[in-house]
Amino acid sequence: MELKLVEQLLEKYFQGETTIAEEKQLKAYFSSNDVAPHLAKYQSLFGYFETQKGTQFEQKLPLQPRKQSTVKWIGIAASFVVLFGLATFYFYPSEPKKEDLGTYDNPEEAFAATQKALLMVSEQVNIGMESVVYLEEYEKTKKTIFK
Amino acid sequence: MNQNEFVQIITPFKDKLFRLAKRMLVSTEEAEDATQEVLVRLWNKNSALEQYNSVEALAMTMTKNYCLDQLKSKRASNLQIVHNNYQDKQASVETQIEHQNTLQWAEKLMNDLPEQQRLILQLREIEEYEFSEIAQVLEMNETAVRVALSRARKTLREQIEKTHNYGTQVS
Repeated sequence: MELKLVEQLLEKYFQGETTIAEEKQLKAYFSSNDVAPHLAKYQSLFGYFETQKGTQFEQKLPLQPRKQSTVKWIGIAASFVVLFGLATFYFYPSEPKKEDLGTYDNPEEAFAATQKALLMVSEQVNIGMESVVYLEEYEKTKKTIFK
Repeated sequence: MNQNEFVQIITPFKDKLFRLAKRMLVSTEEAEDATQEVLVRLWNKNSALEQYNSVEALAMTMTKNYCLDQLKSKRASNLQIVHNNYQDKQASVETQIEHQNTLQWAEKLMNDLPEQQRLILQLREIEEYEFSEIAQVLEMNETAVRVALSRARKTLREQIEKTHNYGTQVS
């Protein structure tokens, strides 16, 4: 490369106006053996840049297989189960059990059955009343004493 | 994305991350840690990675930010650990020493620059990024990148001239 061109490029280089291609030309020039004596001082700089390109990263990468995410998903799934559980209790409180007591198709039979049932209830009530009579007796005695 | 696919994606640029980290943090061990950390974070992004146009630019930006954070926290705790990779030069031939020394000297000149200029120089001179790519990685505009690059190069030139003329010129 002509010396004049090199000097021009170098000036552009220091102004930050060279392209990558021009910079490569400069680097090639400075790595050659016939560098003009007054430019030799820049040789170490360009030489240094070239040597740095060879530096490599040789460490192993400690890449963990992504186990974290499965743990996270289990957590999310569990919280959903809990949420649904609570939701069902809140929105659908357990309904009282309906017992099937049977039914009559014939109105007369139904009437008879109802009468029988009511009769039974009243009999039971009367038994209850009989025992209340004793209580009245007790009331009377109480009145005679505490007047 | 499985592990193999991920490794394939990062292989072209993982060395660049490391070199950038090393430029910022100087120490090889710290740079290795930083690179690992950035790559693991990238791995954990998983499916989100596909949304980015350039995973490389993203990874470079992450490395830059991580290193700046590291430097900041180090400065905050007043713990400045500066590693110099001292080498045993006893056995080398004289010319090798000279060669080695000029390279080390160039490294020192570069590492004495402000962080941003160091980043830009690294991306431009060593990784040969275009201005637009540098602007993307460093989250700044192209003109600012160009100005900072020119400033950094001129500082290097001044340093070189100063050393070169040492003892030969009376100023």
